[in-house]
Amino acid sequence: MLILRNTLESLSGVFRFLLFCLALCLAGCSKMEERADLVICNGKEPESLDPAILTGMPDGRVALALFEGLTRYDPKDSSPLPGLAERWEISEDGKTYTFFIRANAVWSTGEPITAHDFVWSWLRVLHPDTAADYAGNLYYIKNAEAFNTGKLTNAAEVGVQALNERTLKVDLVNPTPFFLELCAFSPQTVVPRQVIEKHGDRWLHVRPLPSSGAYELVYWRLNDRIRVKKNMRYWDAQNTASEVVDFVPVNTATTAINLYETKQVDIIWDKDSIPSELLPVLRKRPDFHRFPVLGTYFYRYNVTRKPFDDPRVRKALSMAIDRKKIVEKITAGGELPANFLVPPNSGKYRSPEGLPYDPEAARKLLAEAGFPDGKGFRRFSYIFNTSREHQRIAVELQEMWRKELNIHVDLKSVEWNVFFRFQTELDYDLARSSWFADYSDPNTFLDLFMSNNPNNRTGWRNERYDTLLREANGLSDAVAREKVLQQAEALMVRDELPIGPLFIYQGFNIWDPERITGAYTNPRDEHPTRTIKRLK
Amino acid sequence: MIRYIIRRVLFLVPMLFLISMLAFALVRVAPGGPFDKNRRPASPEVEKRLLAKYHLDKPLWRQYLHYLGGILQGDFGPSLKQRHHSVNDIIAEALPVSLVLGGLSFSLAMGIGIPLGFYTAIGKGKLFDYTGTFISILFICVPGLVLGPLLVMIFAIQLRWFPVGMLGSAWHLVLPVLTLGIYFSGRIARLMREGMLNVLYSEFIMTARSKGLSETRLLWKHAFPLAIAPVLSYSGPLLADLLTGSFVVETIFQIPGLGIHLVNSSLSRDYPVIVGLVILYAFLLMLLNLLVDVIHAWIDPRVQLA
Repeated sequence: MLILRNTLESLSGVFRFLLFCLALCLAGCSKMEERADLVICNGKEPESLDPAILTGMPDGRVALALFEGLTRYDPKDSSPLPGLAERWEISEDGKTYTFFIRANAVWSTGEPITAHDFVWSWLRVLHPDTAADYAGNLYYIKNAEAFNTGKLTNAAEVGVQALNERTLKVDLVNPTPFFLELCAFSPQTVVPRQVIEKHGDRWLHVRPLPSSGAYELVYWRLNDRIRVKKNMRYWDAQNTASEVVDFVPVNTATTAINLYETKQVDIIWDKDSIPSELLPVLRKRPDFHRFPVLGTYFYRYNVTRKPFDDPRVRKALSMAIDRKKIVEKITAGGELPANFLVPPNSGKYRSPEGLPYDPEAARKLLAEAGFPDGKGFRRFSYIFNTSREHQRIAVELQEMWRKELNIHVDLKSVEWNVFFRFQTELDYDLARSSWFADYSDPNTFLDLFMSNNPNNRTGWRNERYDTLLREANGLSDAVAREKVLQQAEALMVRDELPIGPLFIYQGFNIWDPERITGAYTNPRDEHPTRTIKRLK
Repeated sequence: MIRYIIRRVLFLVPMLFLISMLAFALVRVAPGGPFDKNRRPASPEVEKRLLAKYHLDKPLWRQYLHYLGGILQGDFGPSLKQRHHSVNDIIAEALPVSLVLGGLSFSLAMGIGIPLGFYTAIGKGKLFDYTGTFISILFICVPGLVLGPLLVMIFAIQLRWFPVGMLGSAWHLVLPVLTLGIYFSGRIARLMREGMLNVLYSEFIMTARSKGLSETRLLWKHAFPLAIAPVLSYSGPLLADLLTGSFVVETIFQIPGLGIHLVNSSLSRDYPVIVGLVILYAFLLMLLNLLVDVIHAWIDPRVQLA
């Protein structure tokens, strides 16, 4: 009896405790989160909001709402407009830029933003200790590369200096036609020295966090949302369209579209957040926006491995691919089949035609390389990061190569990190790849395959290619420059083929033109938050 | 009893130590590293600095000692992926969410499972037994991966009774708690039914019944406390599981719990986060198992804690 009573008592005690917890939970959760004026489905959870460190598009979108550079993007075409610099002068040789910072440029906490802040921010990106992946974007500045790689330790020799509080002088290595656009890109934005020096890696936890862009950070809850509110001290605050904006990370495309359909989110930016099975339906709706972007889908050859060290083999494989079939049958989003690397809309640049789809010529090339009818060609592998679309494309390639060339490829789906490890260590035969532009200029694609570029990852080193690119980037005449760049690209996509280009990506956004104003589509898929507003 | 508990708690320390060591070594066996990505640093020097910053350039045993030193001061290290968040930040942010979601789901699972199992056992062979058993098996057979989207489709998109996902209010929790709780309620109902049947046919119940004890008293006061033993044993690991988050439910409903971190950190080779969460899970599991053992001893006089 005693035991029973004890039992019941203890059980009821546990039960009471559970009830208490429940009540506590409900009380805690039921405090309603006010809906933001604008809720953006922002793709993957950002890894960082530190402009010097971040690399992802979702990260950049939030960072650019918080921090601004000398220029800022035009939401319509992503071209650079005056940002914290109200104007600039460019020397005749195109190598010296003098920026004049606005008198009313202040941090959200009230202190003035000076040219010294810019010098400090840029040097921080370049400082080896920051270990910024994007430091390469500042290599156009004199001595920046040497400083970043530790060959030069005196920061004063880097070509960026503050002439006074409001004047910034930048010396470049070459006339760099896309430099103003780079100035709008996140690594070149100005960040609060006063906070970073004091708090180190934890600076983003400081509140209020001084910001230089149209918004200031309210909170960042991992996998929940990043909330920002209008920065009242922003120089152009009267034109900031929304007061409070939430950036919501979503893990699956289905959840994203469900949230959108029930109006919990107002905009979906990323292609990854749109379920591909629904594309045929979504494509017909007025809130679905489709446009060519600066991104190329291709595959890499590991040219250090036989038989891919022979350009004839690489050409043969590429010429056996029916790209039209891939974009029509698999991707089906209006992608442009491509036998070149640089997407259209990269400035005024036009890519040279690469090798055509010609199975007959492909077979001939393969025979010349010593593999008539595919005889003696070893089984090789094609790796791709796990994804249904990549898988389907790989299967199609496998089939085309088998049918046209009688060669056999094993498909290997690997995890994201492992996938890139294989590439870096050149531990693959063929690898699915893609690249998106950092700025609207062919150089952002072409310099990938320079011998010393860490993103080359094909083992392909071509001195002539390197020389052509260097020569092009030394030219201040735009037309002449483009000609040389075309020569370089032709060398790559016609003669050498360290890669096999497949198609140019299409960007997909979802937002209702009747509910959202100030949003536009553009080739960089760049959407400054400051102009976007939800009507009702 | 107190001495037993103290001994078990003391035993936790070397176990956690061992688990941390194993986890630390095992995550390194997986190929790829935290900094492998499409856009590599501009120069190899930058990459070296990055590795040095997180001590990843040192031999594994030194990394572990460094890590252990941190843990002893209550610091589980920085996340390598979320570079502005420490593992402590992540746990502090996501654990409460998982506790709420897990706690509610656990209560729901118990609330449905125990009575369902209890009454199906009593009415063995009757219509209620068949219906109840069918329901509990149905609950077990429909995984969250299916049930979640189904509930969303019906209650969030068609009927608009509840939000599709995200956190914000108590309403946001209804569908995820149902998805997570219903599956386990099926399992608990099965366990409860088995336990109850075992007890009902045991000799002391027969004796009590033949002595003329009232049926209600017999069932509730004599059979129930013993029949619940299997459920109790199961509930320790279950609660530990639920409290440390569920990847599927968190993904479907966009809930910022621990489950997403556990899976994503494994995929992105975020070593400190993986190890930190494994230690947390192991700790909860051992603690709850201890709790279950103590409750067992409390309920069942035959159980001796020694």
